[in-house]
Amino acid sequence: MTTTVPATARKPATMAQALTRALHDAMAEDPSVHVMGEDVGTLGGVFRVTDGLAREFGEDRCTDTALAEAGILGTAVGMAMYGLRPVVEMQFDAFAYPAFEQLVSHVAKMRNRTRGALPMPLTIRIPYGGGIGGVEHHSDSSEAYYLATPGLQVVTPATVEDAYGLLRAAIASDDPVVFLEPKRLYWSKSDWSPDAPAPVAPLGRAEVRRRGSSATLITYGPSLPVCMEAAEAARAEGWDLEVVDLRSLMPFDDETVCASVRRTGRAVIVHESNGFGGPGGEIAARITERCFHHLEAPVLRVAGFDIPYAPPMLERHHLPGVDRILDTVARLQWESDWTEGRGE
Amino acid sequence: MTVLEQPGSSRNKSSLAGPPPAWRPRVDPAPLLPDAAPYRLLGTDAAARLDSGLLTRLYAQLVRGRRYNAQATALTRQGRLAVYPSSTGQEACEVAAALALEERDWLFPSYRDTLAAVARGLDPVQALTLLRGDWHNGYDPHEHRIAPLCTPLATQLPHAVGLAHAARLKGDDVVALAMVGDGGTSEGDFHEALNFAALWQAPVVFLVQNNGFAISVPLAKQTAAPSLAHKAVGYGMPGRLVDGNDAPAVHEVLTEAVERARGGGGPTLVEAVTYRIEAHTNADDATRYRADSEVETWRAHDPIALLEHELEARRLLTDELVGATRDGAEQMAADLRERMNADPVLDPMDLFNHVYAEQSSQLREQAAQLRAELDAEAAGHPEDAAGTGGSAEEARP
Ligand SMILES: Cc1ncc(C[n+]2csc(CCOP(=O)(O)OP(=O)(O)O)c2C)c(N)n1
Repeated sequence: MTTTVPATARKPATMAQALTRALHDAMAEDPSVHVMGEDVGTLGGVFRVTDGLAREFGEDRCTDTALAEAGILGTAVGMAMYGLRPVVEMQFDAFAYPAFEQLVSHVAKMRNRTRGALPMPLTIRIPYGGGIGGVEHHSDSSEAYYLATPGLQVVTPATVEDAYGLLRAAIASDDPVVFLEPKRLYWSKSDWSPDAPAPVAPLGRAEVRRRGSSATLITYGPSLPVCMEAAEAARAEGWDLEVVDLRSLMPFDDETVCASVRRTGRAVIVHESNGFGGPGGEIAARITERCFHHLEAPVLRVAGFDIPYAPPMLERHHLPGVDRILDTVARLQWESDWTEGRGE
Repeated sequence: MTVLEQPGSSRNKSSLAGPPPAWRPRVDPAPLLPDAAPYRLLGTDAAARLDSGLLTRLYAQLVRGRRYNAQATALTRQGRLAVYPSSTGQEACEVAAALALEERDWLFPSYRDTLAAVARGLDPVQALTLLRGDWHNGYDPHEHRIAPLCTPLATQLPHAVGLAHAARLKGDDVVALAMVGDGGTSEGDFHEALNFAALWQAPVVFLVQNNGFAISVPLAKQTAAPSLAHKAVGYGMPGRLVDGNDAPAVHEVLTEAVERARGGGGPTLVEAVTYRIEAHTNADDATRYRADSEVETWRAHDPIALLEHELEARRLLTDELVGATRDGAEQMAADLRERMNADPVLDPMDLFNHVYAEQSSQLREQAAQLRAELDAEAAGHPEDAAGTGGSAEEARP
């Protein structure tokens, strides 16, 4: 499925602008798409992702709500029941938590509870992750909570193109999508040309961002640029790394991931969210279950520490960076003792 | 319907014939209702009974508070603070909150209420730790009985109720004062906190600083209630409406509410009507959602100017008082500036402390990993440690 973007359109320079464009195009094409949340109207959202939508589509289609996340998501459920496609904005990762009851008990389960009679075609946009120096509650990597909830799709773009394509797909999906926007990539740029057809990226397909033969880095969202950089740096060490961008954690693309790991024989999973109980554990288990006989080394993880998100002045020590990835890649060699560095 | 209309049916005839059963509210709502207009003292005859000592104390704190806001805002421009939500224009609420409490009472502030915490005796630098970003909270809550400045909206309100309830169960005459913004009153936690407080008759006071906006959203888009103080009635507690820029009025209303709570009279909801003169934070662009003329209207109702007027009428606003007050504020600001301009000494290993009372083996493992990275960095191989965090753009220009 592709969408042709009019040639007159302004060229989106940043991920934030690509997201705005995706919302705009979805609203223009389908009158049932409604955007709602705190400060999304007049202000255009605190990250300006909804900028201009209220002016163009009116306050009934792009609505400043009262300050109540459970209320926002709960009313969106009712709107979806009546045939609308709400796109809800949660202002920051940690401020989505008051809406957890609605998300877990209703958004995720409505289709199942009603044997398919009440689908929940709604999208919940959440700026997430660290790296912007935000004070507490502004940098959580909350993906594992959503991933632990059957019935939710969990999607996170890492490129400007995907920001557009995946958000279009999320809004078009007849099932709920938790759409996690890596806030430190909001201002990343690309040469994405609005003149060419902008593909709507199908949900549940990973993308090989870099071909390589020595090992596979598996990552998503905010950690993709870090992995790309690590892959470049690894060349000096004689490592030719493949980088897989998952793009969506649920549905999960076993096929692309396993094909890559079978080719390279080694896998490292990289994400910001805490390692213990984080998405990497699930991914490692799947790889082990499916590719065990192809593995030359244990599947390793580079993750954020198992701590409440670090204060801004210390976050650089918490976030997985290039050197931590390279150190881990080095441990993929049989001759090195991969248990080294343990605290016992 | 048809069944009931059948002639000759004898079912429920008598009850249908009479008027519906009498119903009366369980509680008389009249005493709970707020006044029609915000309560004022300054500029009214009632101001005459105000104690001069109180007025000068409030004045000193207001001026100090304004200076603190200006200094903290300047520190954001110098990159010394990650962010600062200024309370300029709202100082009267902040100061009155602190001065209405006894030492044994507890304050539950939101992120905007640094001034209330400082006016209660907290070290001005400790109050900024959260916003500077070296840790999530810069003080021991027990020292001054101030809960951590709360960022998720309204979530500290149930804590205040719980603490006040616990104190009463233990036989202590402690009151909790919980502060929240107008936007925060829309959160579920606000409603649940008020309901519990009223049901338990907990010794707690809720202070809503209605400063007109929740970031960009004006009050009219936040609530359809006649006033925020009216919300109290639905829970069964009194609602009080006060001019939030009239420091003695806020102080009086809060003091009454605190005393009422202490005496077993239960919770009160106070709405202080005020205005946020600065943008939401230094990161916000207020011109997107409000007109300068509105801000100017409120500048004319400045809490410091209002109080100065009264002090002048009493011939208390002497050069001496003004000078001493200003000097005190300047000294505080200079000290704040100086101490905030020194880089905080941070130990990254601190990341692993206080996650649990007893550290897990996983955390010990991770601490060893970071230790090794830091040692490598210290040993003069900064390239081994650089890039272990921060955004890709930041770390690698
Ligand atoms: C649960 C929650 N949702 C969203 C936010 C993001 N946020 C921070 S301040 C703010 C506006 C708060 O307005 P108000 O309660 O009126 O307080 P004020 O900032 O005006 O003092 C919002 C939406 C938050 N901190 N917590």
